Amino acid sequence: MSKKHIVLWILFSLILAFFISPFASSSPDGLEKVAEDRGFLEKGEIKPVFTSPIPDYTWPGIDNESFATGLAGIFGTLIVFGVAYGMAVIIKR
Amino acid sequence: MHIPDGFLSANTWVSTWIISIGGIGYCIKKLSKILREKMIPLMGVMSAFIFAVQMLNFPIAAGTSGHLLGGVLAAVLLGPYGGAVVLAVVLSIQCLVFQDGGLTALGANMFNMSFIGSMGGYVIYNSIRRIIGNNKGVLIGTAVASWLSVVLASVFCAVELAISGTSPLQVVLPAMALVHILIGIGEAIISVLVVSFILKIRPDLIYNSKGE
Repeated sequence: MSKKHIVLWILFSLILAFFISPFASSSPDGLEKVAEDRGFLEKGEIKPVFTSPIPDYTWPGIDNESFATGLAGIFGTLIVFGVAYGMAVIIKR
Repeated sequence: MHIPDGFLSANTWVSTWIISIGGIGYCIKKLSKILREKMIPLMGVMSAFIFAVQMLNFPIAAGTSGHLLGGVLAAVLLGPYGGAVVLAVVLSIQCLVFQDGGLTALGANMFNMSFIGSMGGYVIYNSIRRIIGNNKGVLIGTAVASWLSVVLASVFCAVELAISGTSPLQVVLPAMALVHILIGIGEAIISVLVVSFILKIRPDLIYNSKGE
């Protein structure tokens, strides 16, 4: 892959994560909907065994919900890129 | 489709964790032999892209949404082992950083999406691709495998929930399959759009097990 293609694709992913993610449907997803309808959703509403720094893709302490989601999206996209790229480099060695 | 803590019994989440650790180890070992230079940045790019698109829930039916799984999409470009590792990275970050999917359930989520979704999806894709051949085979294979991989992953999820005693199989299996039959259509549309775009601009990026 040329550098240009990598940069363009990452840029496109960042645009999706920042500008489009705030408009994503907030309806429950497949599993959540089934859990709700079949009455086992509350089983998952326990305190998680590990508390994540940015729960629910919302950057903490930011009032503007869209911005908080977009920022979390950008952060996540970059971190996932870094981890996967780094892993691939290590695996190749 | 990310299972939270509390949905799975200990015997289910422990055993799926063990299977997934072994499976990812196996994939990494395989990858170290077949990973080509051009695939290294592609691993990063595909992971980032799938993470971003997984955030984009699309509405499907009455008050329900779905989002891309990306298993087949990743495997079409990176092969079954690369695809499984990409999904494992995405799921791990989603779990650890964004509280999407429980830490206890991460093994089961990897099992459903890395191994059933990506590796299983690749087997379906590759069979169709071989029968039909050429770019048409790639696209039809992507479409069918994307749709089926989502349905299969949801079936395995339902079985895990049933084994855990969370919901009876005759209730949760048809419910999960039905909603994911619809979500799978979105999966197929997105995957085919991306793969057909790549076929146009960089057809050499499509994974070929012969290394050509």
